[in-house]
Amino acid sequence: MSQKLLEVKDLKTSFYIHLGEVQAVRGVSFSVDKGEAIGIVGESGSGKSVTSMSIMRLLQYPGRIKDGEIIFKGEDIVKKSDKEMMAIRGNEIAMIFQDPMTSLNPVFTIGDQIMEAIRRHQGLNKKDAKEKAIEMLRLVGIPSPESRVDNYPHEFSGGMRQRAMIAIALSCQPDLLIADEPTTALDVTIQAQILELMKDLKDKVNTSIILITHDLGVVADVCSRIVVMYGGLIMEEGTSEEIFYDPKHPYTMGLLKSIPRLDLGQKQRLVPIEGTPPDLIKPPVGCPFVSRCPYAMKICKEYRPPYFEVSKGHRSMCWLLHEKAPKVEVETGVKRGTA
Amino acid sequence: MSEENMRKSDILIEVKNLKKYFPINKGLLGNDVQYVKAVDDVSFYIRRGETLGLVGESGCGKSTTGRTIIRLYDLTDGEIIFDGAEIGKMRQSEVKPFRKKMQMIFQDPYASLNSRMTVADIIGEPLDIHGLATGKERQEIIYNLLNKVGLGKDHASRYPHEFSGGQRQRIGIARALAVEPDFIICDEPISALDVSIQAQVVNMLEDLQSEMGLTYLFIAHDLSMVKHISDRIGVMYLGKLVEVAESKELYEKPTHPYTQALLSAIPIPDPEVTRSKQRVILEGDVPSPINPPSGCRFRTRCKYAMPICSEAEPELKDIGGGHMCACHLNDR
Repeated sequence: MSQKLLEVKDLKTSFYIHLGEVQAVRGVSFSVDKGEAIGIVGESGSGKSVTSMSIMRLLQYPGRIKDGEIIFKGEDIVKKSDKEMMAIRGNEIAMIFQDPMTSLNPVFTIGDQIMEAIRRHQGLNKKDAKEKAIEMLRLVGIPSPESRVDNYPHEFSGGMRQRAMIAIALSCQPDLLIADEPTTALDVTIQAQILELMKDLKDKVNTSIILITHDLGVVADVCSRIVVMYGGLIMEEGTSEEIFYDPKHPYTMGLLKSIPRLDLGQKQRLVPIEGTPPDLIKPPVGCPFVSRCPYAMKICKEYRPPYFEVSKGHRSMCWLLHEKAPKVEVETGVKRGTA
Repeated sequence: MSEENMRKSDILIEVKNLKKYFPINKGLLGNDVQYVKAVDDVSFYIRRGETLGLVGESGCGKSTTGRTIIRLYDLTDGEIIFDGAEIGKMRQSEVKPFRKKMQMIFQDPYASLNSRMTVADIIGEPLDIHGLATGKERQEIIYNLLNKVGLGKDHASRYPHEFSGGQRQRIGIARALAVEPDFIICDEPISALDVSIQAQVVNMLEDLQSEMGLTYLFIAHDLSMVKHISDRIGVMYLGKLVEVAESKELYEKPTHPYTQALLSAIPIPDPEVTRSKQRVILEGDVPSPINPPSGCRFRTRCKYAMPICSEAEPELKDIGGGHMCACHLNDR
């Protein structure tokens, strides 16, 4: 029986700005097992990054967790004081940010920044901490780490900075690693290196990973389970196979159809999702995807659909799955093994 | 017309031995000059109505190539032949009439529009500069362009900050189309957009191409999107063009080891395929373009590197059916 490491229950996070309340996350529930990698996909403004910042308790004014529980190792993080959070953050839960250029401190050496976390959480002395830092840099594949440890961030290339960030995040052997678009700023060849590294770490150290991205190829590669977010809600959740080969939500289907596929003949027309995402100051009463959905019905506008369980662990927030819904010819996802 | 002439008039733009070096001053007095060889001896051509894709990692010189062709940069050496005229060595004042025929769409729709101008003025500016239309006629053209890119008349008096990224990119496209160009350089036009919006913009670019007979140079690092939109693709590495081929051919039979690595690195949105895929993981980073490796520039990361690779630079040669590749492996 796999063990639940993290359980997010009905999380609601809002930003209170002068125009009103931006309901960025409007009731999100999911869980992460030990040693499991899950992917959260969605476009900008879908609430995926806000969810991760809520788990890290890194929300800044005017953002606030309005409601919900985040159970990490049996304890509710939402209720923890800032001081208690500092003992968890970087130690038990670590995060890799999107932009390695701006998230490293330019006036400290790479070594100092890795040592900071190690010394803080593990109480090692300077000498031991430095040795550990060198070991971490070696682990993430930085050549000649003994001399590189004294370099400043500007002396590292983009890919190496991202590796250094991963070294910092992993230095205390966290139980949970949250990676928010870790490869978006990188080239494909460097991206392949970093993804390989993350998969390796998951297998070797048994770290759980939440990978947040908009790149469906990346989640297909790394994650065993996928959560699809839109308009601050989870639209669909299932194993990667279920999401890619048998999507049940029109938004997931739309995402899959809007990306070009290498296997299809040339000049095949892409099928975009028309329209733009909803305004979360005044979120739609019903389904957030209604205005862009090709199958939208009257009920979709008026009532938010509940989750329909397709199979165990595969759920979708869509009225089309209701037993009384008209049977529409929906296109299926990716044909198995063709892309 | 002879066949030779036919072929010539078929080609809209030809770039021959293009070089663009950026000087950097080093040393105490700044008199120790070194050069960043951003584009080093690149040659290619684009036929009328065709889309040529240009791919490569950041810093490989693909954007510099685009910007040099449109003369935003002065080239260090080489020729740019546009519609039969050599524009590479012209003075800026002489290039102006050609600017009407070639336009550019930029990557960042947030930075490339002047935030103090209304949409109508942004789109109308090229008309003013080239003295193409005024008054009612100008307004009519602007409304038509807005319509063409899927925006409405009522958007004309608004400012860029009122639009989303995808809409701004549409405004940038409308502006590029205002002078009715023949050739458009698209420099990563969709990289800053969400997946669901990317397809909208790409479809629009394709429609405009068939409607107006446009020729595109499409610069991007998203290889699957480049394959989708391009007829032919050029792969660049460290300022050099290493392979050029029809896009289907390139993806089915990549010949240069770098192209092979680049293609194998693309994560495919299909769990079973992507997990069983054999990846060529390139070690290390791209070397510095100030002091590139001797001979073949890719040899430091190439697993097939041979002694000759450090001695002689491989030439970009036709290896059959217009598939060009610069690699010593083809000589064996």
